[in-house]
Amino acid sequence: MDIKKLVDSLHLLERAVLPYLDRPRTLKELEEKTDLKQVEIMRALQWLQNKKIITIKEETKEIVELDENGKEYAKKGLPETRFLKILKDNFEEISNVMKKVGLNKDELNVCIGTWKKKGAISINKEKDKLMVKITDFGKKLLKKPNYEELFLQSKFPLDKSTLKPEERYAFDLLSKRKQILKTSIVKTKIAKLTDLGKRINIKEIDKDVVDRLTPEMLRKQTWKNKKFRRYDVSINVPKINRGKRHFVNQAIDYVRKIWLEFGFKEMTGPLLQTSFWNFDALFTAQDHPVRDMHDTFYIKNPEKGRLPDPKIVKKVKCMHEHGGTINSKGWQYSWDQEEAKKNVLRTHTTVLSAKTLATLKKTDLPAKFFAIGKCFRNETVDWAHLFEFNQVEGIVVDPNANFRNHIGYLREYFKKMGYPKARFRPAYFPYTEMSMEIEVFHPIHKQWIELGGSGIFRPEVVEPLLGEAIPVLAWGPGFDRTIMEYYNITDMRDLYKNDLKQLRNMKEWMP
Amino acid sequence: MPTITLNKTVFEKLVGKKLTLDKLKDRISMLGTDLEKIEGDKIHVEVFPNRPDMLSESGFARAFSAFIGVKTGLRNYKIKKSGEKVIIDKSLKNIRPYTACAIVKKLKFDDERIKEMIQLQEKLHVTYGRNRKKVAIGIYPYDKIRAPIKFYAKDPEKVKFRPLDYPSELTGLQILSKHPTGRDYAHLLKGYKKFPFFEDSEGNILSMPPIINSHTTGKVTEKTTEVFIECSGFDFNTLSKCLNIIVTFFADLGGEVYSMDLIYQNKKYTTPDLRPDKMKLDLNYVNKLLGLNLKKTMIKKLLERMGYSYEEDYVLVPAYRTDVLHQIDLVEDIAIAYGYENFEEEIPNVATIGEEDSFEIFKRKIAYILVGLGLIETMTYHITNKEKHNKKMMIDLKCIQLENALTKDYNILRSWVIPSLMEVLTNNKHNDYPQKIFDIGVCFKENPIKETKTEEFTRLAVATTHSTADYTEIKQYLDALMRAIDLEYEVYDTDHPSFIPGRVGRVNVKGKDVAYIGEINPVVLQNWQLEMPVACFELNLTELFRLF
Repeated sequence: MDIKKLVDSLHLLERAVLPYLDRPRTLKELEEKTDLKQVEIMRALQWLQNKKIITIKEETKEIVELDENGKEYAKKGLPETRFLKILKDNFEEISNVMKKVGLNKDELNVCIGTWKKKGAISINKEKDKLMVKITDFGKKLLKKPNYEELFLQSKFPLDKSTLKPEERYAFDLLSKRKQILKTSIVKTKIAKLTDLGKRINIKEIDKDVVDRLTPEMLRKQTWKNKKFRRYDVSINVPKINRGKRHFVNQAIDYVRKIWLEFGFKEMTGPLLQTSFWNFDALFTAQDHPVRDMHDTFYIKNPEKGRLPDPKIVKKVKCMHEHGGTINSKGWQYSWDQEEAKKNVLRTHTTVLSAKTLATLKKTDLPAKFFAIGKCFRNETVDWAHLFEFNQVEGIVVDPNANFRNHIGYLREYFKKMGYPKARFRPAYFPYTEMSMEIEVFHPIHKQWIELGGSGIFRPEVVEPLLGEAIPVLAWGPGFDRTIMEYYNITDMRDLYKNDLKQLRNMKEWMP
Repeated sequence: MPTITLNKTVFEKLVGKKLTLDKLKDRISMLGTDLEKIEGDKIHVEVFPNRPDMLSESGFARAFSAFIGVKTGLRNYKIKKSGEKVIIDKSLKNIRPYTACAIVKKLKFDDERIKEMIQLQEKLHVTYGRNRKKVAIGIYPYDKIRAPIKFYAKDPEKVKFRPLDYPSELTGLQILSKHPTGRDYAHLLKGYKKFPFFEDSEGNILSMPPIINSHTTGKVTEKTTEVFIECSGFDFNTLSKCLNIIVTFFADLGGEVYSMDLIYQNKKYTTPDLRPDKMKLDLNYVNKLLGLNLKKTMIKKLLERMGYSYEEDYVLVPAYRTDVLHQIDLVEDIAIAYGYENFEEEIPNVATIGEEDSFEIFKRKIAYILVGLGLIETMTYHITNKEKHNKKMMIDLKCIQLENALTKDYNILRSWVIPSLMEVLTNNKHNDYPQKIFDIGVCFKENPIKETKTEEFTRLAVATTHSTADYTEIKQYLDALMRAIDLEYEVYDTDHPSFIPGRVGRVNVKGKDVAYIGEINPVVLQNWQLEMPVACFELNLTELFRLF
C-alpha cells in the first residue's frame, strides 16, 4: 500500500480525527478533542476503518454512578458518621441529636443499630427519654479512615472493572443501601490505529485540501496551490436508471433494418381484418380447421365487414370453387361470401402480403416487401404460447424468382439474426407450394427449433390478386422465439411482463 | 396435426428395407412428415393434413418406400366387380345425399390390425372428414350383411337399432342423447327432421351416419374376413377419394377389392375407381420455379420417388391422392424427392429500393425523444377486459368485443392505452421509484364507413409516478416532445372522469384535439391499489402524424 496515496485520499473529516489517534480513543474522547459532531466523527472512523487505517473495537463497561442519596451523602457525609461525630462524652437526649444532625427516623435507627453493635455508643434510659453518648472505642473509630466515605468522594462515573480492593469493598457495602449507587452497562467504541495506520505520520497531516471543487473556488481561485483530495476511482457507485426502448422493440427495429438493407419495402396495416383477406384471398378453404373458433379470434361487434372490389371477390370465389382459369381443381365446394365477411384479429401478417399483391401493377415488378407486426391466436397462454405474437413477413414478387432464391433470402436473414445454421423441411400450408418449415439449430440445446412457415404462393393465391400467376416467394416465421435466446429468456410470457427491474437491467440488442 | 403410430417391424416389412434410426428420422422428416418419438417398437409420426393417404401404416409405408427408392412409381391395384348394389334414396337430398362404397375380401384380422383400421378411420374423420361433417366412414363385417343395401333418410323416432357397444336398442333420436358418441356428434344432425340410415336387404339397420354403426351388423372382429365400406357426405368426389384411401390400405394388407354399383335417382356410379388421374406437366415450369436444370429422365425418376408415373408430358396421379390440385403440387413433390437440403441457395441479382413505412419512422422518432427524456418503454397487450379498461378508470367507453375469447380476462379490444400503463404501474409497486414509462400501441374503435367497420389508431401514453409526480412534470414531457417535433399546441381545461377535476386538459394542435393530460384521480389510483400520485398524457399519434 502506497502510504502517500492513502494519505492523499483522506477526507477532511478523516484528517480532523486522525491526529488524535496517537493512542486508542473512545468516541467521547474524540468528541472532546475535535470540534466535530458525533455523526461526523462516526463517519470519519467508518471511512478510516474501510481504508484499514484503524480498527474500531466495541467495549462494554459497567459504570458506577452516585444515586440520589449518594449525591447528598457525598456532600454532607454519611448519616452514621455525622451522628457519631456530634456525640459528646456525656449523655444527651437522642431526639436533640437527631434534630442537630438532621436525620429522619429510618436513618436514626440505622445509626443506633450500627454503632451499638460495634460498641461505639452507649445508651441510657432516663425517665421516658433515651439518652446517648460516645464511647472511647467510638472515639477511636472516628480516627480510622472510613472507606465508604472516601469512595463517595471519588470522581464518578467509575468503571467498575477498575476499582481498587478497598473501593470494591466500599462499593459492595454501599450497593446494599438505598439509592446511594447505581450501575449501568455502557457500550463504548474505541478507535485504534492498525499497523498500517501506525505507518502514517498522523501529526503532520495536511488539513487544508480541496474536497469538492465548487464554483466559488473557481471564481476566487482558492483551489490554487492546494492539494485535491485523491478519490478511490474503483469505488462502487449507486445505480442510476436510464430511459430505454423495450428490448423487443429494439430487436424489431433491427429486423426492419435487415430487410431494408435487402431492398424490401415495408408493409403495414390493421390488426383487425376481414376473413376475406386473412383467409379466402390466401386460398384457405372455408372449412379449413385454422378458421375454427378455437384457433382464431372472431369479433362480436361489428361481426362482419365489407368485401372488396367485386371483381376480386368473384375471382377468389371461382378459385375456391373450381380453380378459376388456371388449370386447377380448386377446393370443390360452394364458397360463402358471408363467411368471408367475418371480422377476425389477423392470424398472420400474410394478410398484408395478400392486400399488397392486390394493389400491385405489372410495371411495379419485380418488387419486394416486408412487414413485422403483431398477430393473434386464440390460444391458452403458457411458456411457449402467447395469444399476441410477432411475425416477420416477406414477399418477393418477381416473374423470375425461384425456390433457390427463397432459401437464399431466408438463410441470409437467419444468419443476421444469429443463427448461422438453418434448415428447411417440407411442410404444408394451404396457400403455399413449395411449403417449407424453417428450423434453426439451437447452439446451446443442440437441437433444431421450428420457427414457422414459408413457401411460394400457390397460383390459386396470386392469380386472382395480381392478375397473373407469377412466382411470389413468401415467408412468415415467428419472431419472438428467435430473440429469447439472446435475452436469456426461457418463458415467452417474460417478453411482455413489463417488469421495470427487468426492463431497466436488460442488455441492449447488439447482434 | 394428426399423429399416427407405426409398428416398426410391420413398417419395415411394408417398406421393404431396414434403416438405421438416424437415417429413418432424417428421411421421415425430409419427406414432409415428422418423427415425434420412438417407444420400443412403436414409431409416432406426424402427418400433414394434406396427405390423408399417409394416415395408416401401409399408406405411410407406401409413400416412404417410394421416397427412399425401394418400391417406386405408381402402384397398380386390381378391382374385381362384385355386381352388388347400393340404392340411394332421394329422401337424402339436403341431408347427406352421397355415398361411395366398396367390398374388400380375403382379409385376416387380428387385434393389432383392427386397431390400425380404427386409427385410420378416426384420423380420416378428424382431418379429411372435418370431424365427420364432410365425410363419415362406416366399415362393416360383410358376412353379416345381405346386399342390396339401401341408403335413405327417415324419421329417427321410427327407426330402432342397437348402437355399437350399447346394451339395448334405441331409436335414432334417443341415440343422440343416450349414446356417448351420439352426444358428441349430435350437432351434425341438429335441425333435420329425417336422419340418414343404411339398411340391408333383410331389413337390418347397419348404421346411422355420421353417428354410429349397429352393434349387430357393424362391428369388425377377429373372425371377420370380408368388409363392406361406405363413406357418406355431401361431395361425391371427396367421398370417392376417401374410399380409395381406405381400400388401398386394405389392398396393401393383402385384401381383394370388389366394386359396387351405386344406384342414384338419375345416375349410376361404380366405386371404387382406382384409375390414376392424368395431369399435364410443363417441364420448363418445373425448372424455372425450382431454379434447376433437370432433364426429363431425372424428373421422371423424381416423380416415381413420390409414387407417380410419368408418360408423355403427363403425370399419372394415384387415385388416393387428395392434394394434387394444380401442377404446382407436382413441382413440390419433385422438390421433395430432389431433397430440400440439396438446393443451393442463391440471392438474385435484382436491384430493388428498400423503403421504410413513414409512420413507423415517425413512431420510432417519438420513442427516442422520450427515451432521451429518461422514460422506459413498455409493450402491453391489445386485448384486455372491461373491468380494467372502463370500471377501474371510472369511465364507460364503448368497446369492440371478441366473439370467442378463452377467458374473461381478455375479451375486448382496447380503445385507449392509459389503463394498460396503470396495470404496469400496479405490477411494479415493488420496484424502485420514480417510475416513468411510455407505451405506443394500437387502439380500436367502430367506424361504419371502413372495410371492417372498425378503425385503428396508434396512441402514445406517458405516465410518471413518484411521491411528487404532478401536472407540471407531465406537461414538461409533453412540451419537450412537442418542441422536439416542432408542433405548436394549446392546452385548455376539460373534464375527464379518470383525472382529478381541475387538473385535466385537452391538447389541441392545429385545431384538432389530439391528447388528454392530467393527474389521475385518487379514486382511480385506489382502484388500481396505487399508493403514489400518477400524472399522465395520452396522445393520438395517428392523428398527430396527419397534422405533422
